[in-house]
Amino acid sequence: MQKNLKFYVTLFLQTFKISAFTFGGGYVIVSLMKKQFVDKLGWISEKEMLDFTAIAQSSPGAIAVNASILVGYKTGGWPGAIIAILGTILPPLVLLTAISYVYTWFITVDAIRYILQGMQAGVAAVICDVVCGLSSSVWKESRGVALITAVLSFILVAFLSVNVILIVLVCIAAGIFIYGRERKIHGTAP
Amino acid sequence: MELLLKLFWAFFQIGLFSIGGGYAAMPLIQEQVVVQNGWMSIGEFTDLITISQMTPGPIAVNSASFIGARMAGVPGAIIATLGCILPSCVIVMLIAFLYRRYVKLHVIDDALRGLRPAVVGMIASAALSMIESSFLAATGTSVMGVDIAAVLIFLCAFLALRKWKPSPILIMCLSGLAGFVVYSVFGGV
Repeated sequence: MQKNLKFYVTLFLQTFKISAFTFGGGYVIVSLMKKQFVDKLGWISEKEMLDFTAIAQSSPGAIAVNASILVGYKTGGWPGAIIAILGTILPPLVLLTAISYVYTWFITVDAIRYILQGMQAGVAAVICDVVCGLSSSVWKESRGVALITAVLSFILVAFLSVNVILIVLVCIAAGIFIYGRERKIHGTAP
Repeated sequence: MELLLKLFWAFFQIGLFSIGGGYAAMPLIQEQVVVQNGWMSIGEFTDLITISQMTPGPIAVNSASFIGARMAGVPGAIIATLGCILPSCVIVMLIAFLYRRYVKLHVIDDALRGLRPAVVGMIASAALSMIESSFLAATGTSVMGVDIAAVLIFLCAFLALRKWKPSPILIMCLSGLAGFVVYSVFGGV
């Protein structure tokens, strides 16, 4: 990865842009990052993005900040991580500081609520699009185990509100056990 | 100066102890901001949550900027936000370093292979809850509890994304514009 000025400017602008449009929680920013950094720019692989998502949400702090640190570090080392953090926190920092002075007005403006209600449908579509892409990769790569894991974790989180950290720990243990044993039997990674 | 230190320390603790995103952070923010330091009333805190949902960015960073600015102006906003992200910076940078170094180890590779499909499931469940909160909103276009306009915007956006692969940000802008037009005409949330 070339680390000239142009690279850092692109990294900053991308994280800034993504952060400015992240309405509705950590998984939205992860989906947008996947679209930009994996699909469009090809800076990181889909597998890495999934690893980063798991790490970001199992570590302390906001998912958005954690994910941008991981993406920034992977693509540009320590300076990249710092640039990515700046790009991610500047939009909310500037916006919320400004709003703190006019907030009683802000929460009563109808137009903002109308735009947000529309945007929420758009955000849902973006995440669904990302899920479709990821599901087809799981489908292609997997022999059963991965597919069952994906469906099971969806059901546990969506309908039974199981703590995601618990799921992460169980999957790590299962991965080491299942794939480690295969490695022993076959001698190499399957 | 003392206030800045207090802001830093309060949001440092929020950043350190909130694991798993915004809804995990909310009770911690309330504890620090309303109960321990008395910087806001519970009513103002509710307004803050509303504002956080109306603006981009993580709830913890939004709260830090908002409360920091209200208590101590722009320096307050910056100090509180730095406090909030400092634990992440240290811990996640260390993990990023270890990840790059050890990702090729067999045991780490096996663990991540087990984990990745579960992450897809988690993102899917986030998609489902976004769909729910969007479709089930009570607006002027709701029929039997389902917001028809939101469903239509969702379908158009989704089909466009699958077919032409446009920038997601363009899609979100267009959805926002559609929402503005539709709800201005039929009545909104």
